[in-house]
Amino acid sequence: MTLWLPFVALGVLATLAGALLRVWRGPERADRMMGAQLVGTGGVAVLVLLAPVQGWAALDVALTLALLAALAAVGFVKASSPDGAGDPEEDEPPTTDPRSASEKADG
Amino acid sequence: MADLATYAFTGIGLFFFVAGTIGLLRFPDVFSRLHALTKADNLGLGFITLGVAFQVETWREIALLALIWALTLLAAGTVSQLVARVALREQNKR
Repeated sequence: MTLWLPFVALGVLATLAGALLRVWRGPERADRMMGAQLVGTGGVAVLVLLAPVQGWAALDVALTLALLAALAAVGFVKASSPDGAGDPEEDEPPTTDPRSASEKADG
Repeated sequence: MADLATYAFTGIGLFFFVAGTIGLLRFPDVFSRLHALTKADNLGLGFITLGVAFQVETWREIALLALIWALTLLAAGTVSQLVARVALREQNKR
């Protein structure tokens, strides 16, 4: 058991390399965000795999990493909307909003 | 017996993880990649969690493992919707 679990964890790390390849090559920002999300999920998988080998302390770390990976994607989504409010439902930013006015100014 | 189950389930989990990542790299379109990433990797994580659950001694670890997988499923479902919406908006803008 103490040999098989690290071996599977190594396999999951190989998939993390695939995720980094996607981050490097990804044409759009959304692809890079997906790579980052896979790094989060892969990290959780590695921690869960190594937990039984070293006394189950890694489970709490895996739980924290699982939550933070979700917040990273939320940060990405909120940063990408025009006025920064990050409401995915809005189609066009309100015209009276000073932020979009300044954006129009600097093109 | 428990070790055998752990071997089997973690192996299946690793297979789905690799399948998800290959899908992430090979698929042509942003949305199909998102599809592969969200589904296959979470299934892989689910099988890995299930496999590790057979090694557990106390109830605390089983609760933690179930919580990790449930939260990851919830997070992945929501995040993939958000990222897809951003990708769709950027495609429309171009």
